[in-house]
Parts: sequence; C-alpha cells; structure tokens
Amino acid sequence: MNTGPLVRQISRRQWWLGASRYRRYMVRELTSLFIGAFAFALIVGLWRLSQGAQAFSAWLDAMHSPAGLAFNGIALAAALYHSVTWFNVAPKAISVRIGTFKLPDSIISGAHYAGWLLVSILVLYLVRV
Amino acid sequence: MSRETIELVVFRYNPETDCEPAYQRYQIPYHHDWLVLDALNYVKDHLDRSLSYRWSCHMAVCGSCGMMINGEPTLTCKAFVRDYADSIRIEPLANFPVERDLIVNQDDFMSKLASVKPYIIDTDDVPLSEGEELQTPAELAVFDQYTGCINCLLCYSACPQYSLSADFIGPAALTLAHRYNIDSRDDGFRQREERVGSDDGVWQCSFVGACSEVCPKGVDPAAAIQQGKITSAAHYFKKHLMPWSDS
Repeated sequence: MNTGPLVRQISRRQWWLGASRYRRYMVRELTSLFIGAFAFALIVGLWRLSQGAQAFSAWLDAMHSPAGLAFNGIALAAALYHSVTWFNVAPKAISVRIGTFKLPDSIISGAHYAGWLLVSILVLYLVRV
Repeated sequence: MSRETIELVVFRYNPETDCEPAYQRYQIPYHHDWLVLDALNYVKDHLDRSLSYRWSCHMAVCGSCGMMINGEPTLTCKAFVRDYADSIRIEPLANFPVERDLIVNQDDFMSKLASVKPYIIDTDDVPLSEGEELQTPAELAVFDQYTGCINCLLCYSACPQYSLSADFIGPAALTLAHRYNIDSRDDGFRQREERVGSDDGVWQCSFVGACSEVCPKGVDPAAAIQQGKITSAAHYFKKHLMPWSDS
C-alpha cells in the first residue's frame, strides 16, 4: 500500500476563520460594501434631486431618519477603517529612494493622511459647514 | 514554577501504512535554551527514530525546517520552546502535499520559481574580458532586501490566495522575479513579464499581507508584489499607448 502524498483540502468558505490576520483582511474587504452602499445612496440622492424639490426633500428626510443616520454612521466607520488600514499599507506599494536612503514608511503614510486632511478641509470649505 | 517537561503534539503520516494522518504526543525534557527544532531532534534521537522532517543549518539560513507551530508558519530553528505553552502542536507547512510526517512536497514551488527566471538575464553581450559589471551602492540598495529570501516557503504556507488557487505563482517566486527586474545589471523584464504579469502572477495577489508577516528574513514579499503590480501596469499602458516604445 502506498497512498502517496497527502493533500489537505482547504474550505473555500471558511478559510478566513483560521487566523486573525485573515479575519482582519476580510473585515477590510467587507468595509467596501458599506462604502459602495453609501455611494449608491448619494447617486439616488442626485436622481431624486433631478425629480424636483419635493423628491429631494423626501430623500433628505430619509437620510435624517434614525435608520438613515445609523446607515451613515456605519458607512462612516467603514470608510474610516478602510482608509486608515489602506494608508498604513501604502508604503509597501510605494518605495521612494534617494541614493541609498529609503524614505521611511511613516513619511509615505503621513503624506496620505496629510492629503486626506487637505481634501477634507477643501470639502468643508466648499460646503461651508 | 520551572517547567521540567513539555509536550509535543506532532502530525504523523506515512504514505506506506496510513490512509489518514494522526497526531502523536511526546513528553520531552524542557530546556530554556532549546529551539523547537532541538525538541524535534530530541524526539528523533531518543524517542522515535521514525519521525521524519527536514532541517540542516540550525540558524535560519538554509530554509529547510519551516513547519506549522501551533498553526503559524515558522522556522523551527528560530522558535524557542520557552515562548510556547506546555504543549506545542507541530504540523507540516500548510498548502503543500505531505510526503511523510513533517515533510512537504515542494515541486509546485520549484517549477513556479523556475518559470519566472530568477537569475540575471544580460542581453548586452559584453565580453567577460571587459571585466565586472559594476554596481553602485544605491543600485544595490534597490533590490538588496529581496536577496534575503531563503525559499523557506513560510510565505506560501501563510498565503490564502495560494491555498485557494493552484495556479497562483505565489509570494517568494514573484518576489525573486521583482528582485531581478529591478537589478541594474538585468535586462530580463520582458521575458519575465509574460509570466509575472499574467493571470497567475501579481494580479492574483489580493494583498492580505500574511506573507510579509510570517517571513523570517524581513524580505516583505507583499511589498515586492505590490510594486510588481505598478511596474506591470505601467508596462501594459506603455505597450498599448506607445507601441513604438522599446519596453
């Protein structure tokens, strides 16, 4: 008898439950769904705006309802988590060298955070909050 | 309280006698300065000569003794028993077929490694009589980090994409392809890109980052692959938007 090399099967549905690093990855990917849903809600808002003031007002009311506020809160938390985890791994993709000196990862990540801050200030200025 | 003994729970599989793997427990003396590899060697020398596993250098250079310790891909020569609880589970590297006990079949990795041509491809045809092809410290620094790969396969064992997709070239081979692509002496990018930029190459990586977390040499394969994606994308657009271009 010789059964040959043993092939251990991987569960295609449950592999990510095996280690905390896989679960963190899945959470990061999952946040994309909420960001997508928020973008969809914004597009619906534009569509309702095209239908007139009453329709847009109804959409605004829906966004201000407890369910709408909860959805916005969850989408915001998901967007923050996604952005922070993404900015933190950005130095892996971007390697900047000046001679033998390598720009520290903190500078690459920090530049992303600074860009985020600048864009946020610009948006806040434009909407005059 | 000082520990006098520890327990190893070791994955056993013999293709000549077993249909299924099983776990065998060994009680061995505890020594504060023992590595998990030392503990396995004690079992082999004193308790069970049939236990099979690979090792060679005992100092994290040869890359032979990678195994799953408590489910984590680890070099057993770089893991002290004192850092674990009284019972340590040792299994063969995940994502590879098991030949026997703790020995895995590496054929898939070896063929994928060869397919990305991990060596300097020099098309300049400069005769050897003209001397060495010199490199500045800055040119060396670009790829130096990636030369640390010892082909231990911990990154493949940690990579969920490799476990789910048999065609994925995988972290170490893609890292070595990148290492040669960015070497100033190399002209082989286009030869490798056919493979590295294919569906089985860098684009299958979903950036879990587990490879870099388990790498015992700080090579950071996830970084090499993400940078490989940028290079591959730039090459694709250059090829289609500037077909007259050389690269």
